[in-house]
Amino acid sequence: MNEMRRKIMGALAALPMLGMIPGAAQAQETILIGEINSYTALPAFTEPYKKGWTLALEEINAAGGVNGAMLEIISRDDTGNPANAIRIAEEMISRDGAVMLFGGFLSNIGLALADFAKQKQVFFLASEPLSDALVWSKGNRYTYRLRPSTHMQAAMLAEQAAKLDKKKWATVAPNYAYGKDAVAAFKSELTKLQPDVEWVAEQWPPLFKIDAGSTVRALEQAKPDAIYNVTFGGDLAKFVRQGSLRFLFEDRVVTSLLSGEPEYLDPLGAEAPEGWIVTGYPGMDIDTPEHEAFGTAYIERWGEAPKTGSIVGYNSVLSIKAALEKAGSTDTEALLAAMEGLEVPSSPTGPFFYRAADHQSTMGAYVGTTALVDGKPRMVDWFYADGANYLPSEEEAAKLRPAE
Amino acid sequence: MGFYVAQLLTGLANASSLFLIACGLSIIFGVTRIVNFAHGSFYMVGAYLAYSIVALFPDSILGFWGGVIAAALIVGLLGLIVEMTILRRIYHAPELFQLVATFGVLLIIQDMTLAIWGAADKLGPRAPGLDSAVRIMGEPIPEYDLALILIGPAVLAGIWLVFHRTRWGVLVRAATQDREMVGALGVNQAWLFSAAFVLGAALAGLGGAIQIPREAVSLQMDLSVIGDAFVVVVIGGMGSVSGAFVAAVLISVLNAFAILVFPQISIVLPFVVMAVVLIVRPYGLFGKEGSGHGAPTEPEQPLRLLSSRATLVLMALVFALAASPVVVSDFASILLVDVMVATLFAVSLHFMMGLGGMVSFGHAAYFGVGAYGAAMASNYLGLPMMPAMIVGPLAAAAAALFFGWFCVRLSGVYLAMLTLAAAQILWGVTFQSQAYTGGDDGILGIWPAAWASSDQAYFYVAFVLCIGGIWFLRRVAHSPFGYGLRGIRDSDVRAEAIGMDVKFHQWMGFALAGTMAGVAGVVFAFSKGSVFPDVLGIAQSVDGLIMVLLGGIHALAGPILGAGVFVLIEDWVSRLDYWRFIFGMIILGVVLLAPDGVAGGVDRLLRALGLRREGQA
Repeated sequence: MNEMRRKIMGALAALPMLGMIPGAAQAQETILIGEINSYTALPAFTEPYKKGWTLALEEINAAGGVNGAMLEIISRDDTGNPANAIRIAEEMISRDGAVMLFGGFLSNIGLALADFAKQKQVFFLASEPLSDALVWSKGNRYTYRLRPSTHMQAAMLAEQAAKLDKKKWATVAPNYAYGKDAVAAFKSELTKLQPDVEWVAEQWPPLFKIDAGSTVRALEQAKPDAIYNVTFGGDLAKFVRQGSLRFLFEDRVVTSLLSGEPEYLDPLGAEAPEGWIVTGYPGMDIDTPEHEAFGTAYIERWGEAPKTGSIVGYNSVLSIKAALEKAGSTDTEALLAAMEGLEVPSSPTGPFFYRAADHQSTMGAYVGTTALVDGKPRMVDWFYADGANYLPSEEEAAKLRPAE
Repeated sequence: MGFYVAQLLTGLANASSLFLIACGLSIIFGVTRIVNFAHGSFYMVGAYLAYSIVALFPDSILGFWGGVIAAALIVGLLGLIVEMTILRRIYHAPELFQLVATFGVLLIIQDMTLAIWGAADKLGPRAPGLDSAVRIMGEPIPEYDLALILIGPAVLAGIWLVFHRTRWGVLVRAATQDREMVGALGVNQAWLFSAAFVLGAALAGLGGAIQIPREAVSLQMDLSVIGDAFVVVVIGGMGSVSGAFVAAVLISVLNAFAILVFPQISIVLPFVVMAVVLIVRPYGLFGKEGSGHGAPTEPEQPLRLLSSRATLVLMALVFALAASPVVVSDFASILLVDVMVATLFAVSLHFMMGLGGMVSFGHAAYFGVGAYGAAMASNYLGLPMMPAMIVGPLAAAAAALFFGWFCVRLSGVYLAMLTLAAAQILWGVTFQSQAYTGGDDGILGIWPAAWASSDQAYFYVAFVLCIGGIWFLRRVAHSPFGYGLRGIRDSDVRAEAIGMDVKFHQWMGFALAGTMAGVAGVVFAFSKGSVFPDVLGIAQSVDGLIMVLLGGIHALAGPILGAGVFVLIEDWVSRLDYWRFIFGMIILGVVLLAPDGVAGGVDRLLRALGLRREGQA
């Protein structure tokens, strides 16, 4: 116990000094990049993401780095709290000397970091947050976003939904910004394509606290022809189980956002619903040479198949590499200039670029149908939906952004 | 008609699950007076264990139910370990201090579960033999729901029999009413407490295990259930098992029907129900007067003014802090701003809890209203930083006056839970009113005015407001008003007898604490540049509570030490993998080494080293 006490006291005594050590001088041949994500709050999504960017980092450095320098990424857990994310960002910029930031999964943390980037004039690449506000209503010149946004993925589903020609739709979405954006985008896109559509019910269960039985009953009562689902994670599992027990999905089509992502589809196991139209990631079924090379390397490195997060993490670092090469320096202004229209010519999901008008990448998502193959849930009949086709034109998008 | 019956049955099935979690919590509180934050963790571990055990016996009815019971028993064993190694050592610590220990246990269990079972959600099998639905009045009802509807009352009946027909049960009930007397009659309290804790933990484990056919087992289970479990216990009356059952039914059935009319209501419904119940019935539906208090503790030492030497030391520290931006890096200044904000927040909470005797589980409400008040004033009214910084605390004061008026009519844990209800209702409104508050996308662009935008300049803004606020609260503690507040805490009857307006005094104390929390919120908002509903959330309130208790509730220096230790350690350990485990272990270490908080520990250390004489405080 005495030793324990001494250890704790020693650690406590050392604490105040932590903040006071001046930034260690960086060796000249490394480029330091800060990365922040919700590793403890949402490990199911962020662990594959971390493995993805780690793989890209190792590959780039093994091939000689960027502009003759090695890349180094310092990664921190934001504990799921925007205020902590800001503090960590401050530390990375002002003490560690990071030249840029990337990461983020939760939309509010993405928005907080984007606003921080604007205030402190640093380049921030939002990897995973889906919020439309990040590039549109609250967009700023220092923030770019990689992953296909809520609006893009909802538009992909709306395109498929319109082909079904179902009239009465019900929606179910978690009650927070992502759910609300996803429903609003789907409604507006589907109404554009199919003006006679009727919205007969909507349910807004609290995030990760769905009362699935009651929600299913409430949807059933409205007798919709089709259902649009935005719930994910544990909520999705409860919804699927209660829905199939209570025959909600009999003779109804379901379109479901993100449910084809292995993070959310795999845990459903043999109970995964069949025939749902989803956006997601079919994993190793993708047979382009770029993806096969990535997939093989990933499995070799981590001993498991890549997930959606892995792709996002990998493509983030590919984007950063492309930006650094094009900019030829680590200066923020040079990086921002490089990001305008930056092309990533080759990635596991195919080429994409960053639109200059609204800072959104055109990385797409896969749209397909869920099925059980050998008792395992899979996406079948999928195709790659290029993000560029599901975004408003650059002129329209520019109008969605605040004047700077 | 059939539809409404089906909805009612769904509500009742949910009620059974909720009851199983809540009744264990109620029993633990009733006997040991521990507010067990780790109860949700027992629930989660029960679910994970059942998932793993049941998987060993696929499609076997015996395997399924055997697995569920085995999981509950193992969780009971886990409860025994926690009770014997940690809680037993700190029963004599100040009221609610055990809560800090259970918070440490919660952190440790979170990371151990992640390490053992991995990050991905696990979907367990359906219950063999109960895997489909039957039609009742034409509506499909899952068979498992019907089983749950029976299990809840069966467990209630079992507990009733144990409590009324066994000697042990009679002792438990006796201890719930007056544990001093039970001890005086020669009953081995340690054994009684262990048994009650094990029973409560096992019931939580059972509640989790029984969920596996209904939901995916995930790492969010612990926190998602704990709030509702507390609400159910409080509505029913602390320590009342049948009350918990009635409350679980009330909330679940209301929710099942309410979402038909207001699909968004679920996020605040339990807290609204709790607020209404507590306003009408101050001890819950079946609680007795005094059921919300811990054991009587020794009266506190009166506060003393600092000795001249201590004053000098304190002044030197404040000057060192004021001079720090000159010597330390920019980031250290930023970290120190966070420390000062947390300290003022903790000191304001301590003012309420330590001096006023009013425990708050929802102090973040006023911190958050302060932050939002400033943010909205700057965003919508276009006010510059300084005027916006005045609007924030005024808004917090208004909110504290409003909610405080209701809260001071209660006492003990009931008061604490009403403050939590107030905070959750404010959180729900903020979260939902996207048009005004931005919902969970928050309000962005709340940065300091140009003159204060450098890290050093803002450090001094924060320094003046936070250190000024702390100094002010300290002054008030030593003023006649502060003496009155402490007098009421120690004996409200005597205070009333000498002619003090007890409720008014407490109300004003509540409002002052809320206002100063609002000041902390304002400094916070401008240092981070954005505010989100998290600032009003349970996590923020709990952080404050842990800082105050960890620091030591009996000393004015307690919350200052607690906040500093908490923020710096969290900033330090969150760099490491499995940091929650490490953080939890550190908290447990502090709890065991210093059951009177860091302030008490430092005090004893100084005495042991001969640096402080007896009688000095």
